[in-house]
Amino acid sequence: MADQEQGRRRRRTKGGPPSGDGDLSGLGMAQVDSEKIDELLDEIDSVLEENAEEFVKNYVQKGGE
Amino acid sequence: MAIPKVLGTETEYGVIIRNRSHQHQALAAAAVIDNYPGGPVRVQWSYEHESPGSDSRGFGHENFGIPEPESALINSVLTNGARLYVDHSHPEYSGPECLDPREAALYDKAGELVMARAGREVQKTLPPNQHIRLYKNNSDGKSSSYGAHENYLLSRRTPFGRVVRYLPTFLVTRQIFTGSGKVGAENHRPACSYQITQRADFFEEVVGLETTLRRPIVNTRDEPHGDPTRYRRLHVIIGDANLSEVQIFLKLGVTALFLHAFEDDLLPSPLQLADPVKACWQVSHDLSLAETVEMENGSTATALELQFRYLAWLSDYAGEHLEGEVWRQVLGEWEKVLVDLERDPGLTADRLDWTAKLGLLEAYRARRDLSWSHPRLAALALQYHDVEPTRSIYHRLVRGGAMRRMFTDAQIEEAERIPPTDTRAWFRGACVSRFGGSLVAANWDSLLFERNPGDLVKVSMMEPLKGSRIGAGPLLDRVRDAAGLIRELSRKNG
Repeated sequence: MADQEQGRRRRRTKGGPPSGDGDLSGLGMAQVDSEKIDELLDEIDSVLEENAEEFVKNYVQKGGE
Repeated sequence: MAIPKVLGTETEYGVIIRNRSHQHQALAAAAVIDNYPGGPVRVQWSYEHESPGSDSRGFGHENFGIPEPESALINSVLTNGARLYVDHSHPEYSGPECLDPREAALYDKAGELVMARAGREVQKTLPPNQHIRLYKNNSDGKSSSYGAHENYLLSRRTPFGRVVRYLPTFLVTRQIFTGSGKVGAENHRPACSYQITQRADFFEEVVGLETTLRRPIVNTRDEPHGDPTRYRRLHVIIGDANLSEVQIFLKLGVTALFLHAFEDDLLPSPLQLADPVKACWQVSHDLSLAETVEMENGSTATALELQFRYLAWLSDYAGEHLEGEVWRQVLGEWEKVLVDLERDPGLTADRLDWTAKLGLLEAYRARRDLSWSHPRLAALALQYHDVEPTRSIYHRLVRGGAMRRMFTDAQIEEAERIPPTDTRAWFRGACVSRFGGSLVAANWDSLLFERNPGDLVKVSMMEPLKGSRIGAGPLLDRVRDAAGLIRELSRKNG
């Protein structure tokens, strides 16, 4: 528990929530295992579905549950 | 005393056939169920005892629960005890009843395998320019949502009013580790670039019976799928469908643990949000995890702080009242994920879908200098959830060693075929495997056999823990066919 308390005191100071086209890189996400991500990004354009714009536009579902 | 937390998940998958000019989603979903090659026989689902219009607050709605005629036919029971069917034009996999959260997570993953295999079979039937896609997610990004529900067995003695006092704050704040991440906002919520969950934008009530519109944080559907004098089934509809194995385990394990203590009535006074519906999307939209929400008593707290309080409560409870390695594992993962989220959410990218996907999207965005509204980002975010491992971005992260696993491929493949051993799902699955030819219909709490032509016999399974391998195995070993099984059962009961 002591560790948790310490962890909570170490809280970073953070800005307000991002909105619109805001940059989220200030959240430390850029540190995510960058080597592995880089490898994936090298091949991502060949992995992504062709014609992304049409792909996303046409993905329409009926509400469920 | 809390009763064992029998639990399971039900997931509606997104489905589309690319390059088909007239999308008929219900037909595409039906083709998925029809083409799944995993069952030796097709067993009908029986709607007896299904009453989605019954309300835990004590009243019923009559205009609920009428299955669409065409979807009633597209319905099957698998050898692992799961149900595979079409629900509201989506292919849905409802996993078998499990006795512990680790197992329930495994059977949830088996559902992805079912969908992937079915998708490959459907693909063989399509013209060469058309391509089926199945996604384990909860939104099309255009304000249509489909569900990923969790079910937990509660005692009928647990007053529903207590559920309503305790659950909203817990369910709203657990989103920080149950979210699968989503680009943008929907359903008229304030704009954002990315948010923690797929589902939060769609919740508009605190308590209610609906699941398709004005979705409530606490769903009151009172349909126990078991002895109604002894059981309730808590139907949790606020969660996201997750790909990460560790995350599914966390979501189910922490919630089951909470419900254990809750049912034992050993929790301190409930922590109550001033406005749970507003807090629901606020928590989901706050990627910094630093924003506070208002409590009913006028104080404020972050979702993380509230989850740390629940962790402290439940660590104390489990230490005194729960045995079993699985609960230690739940507490360990829970503490670790909260501590890591507090230090830097990016640290959880090895086990949470929302941070894994965000890390990837940020890196891709930076490399290509794209704005958040660029369709390539939306495409990447959607493809994270593709059930086909060769296309799935989630699977690429796993193959690259970037995400932790709890199960081997072999374990998931086995769970696709073999039922869990500790609940009535074992009996159901075994009967489908062995006597499928004589099984006319099945339900969560009954099986209908045709002993001789025209001679139907129903076997009731109103106790979720009866029909386990230990309990029913010797009986099944003794009999050769359905008629023999029924003879044995009548002797036992008679």
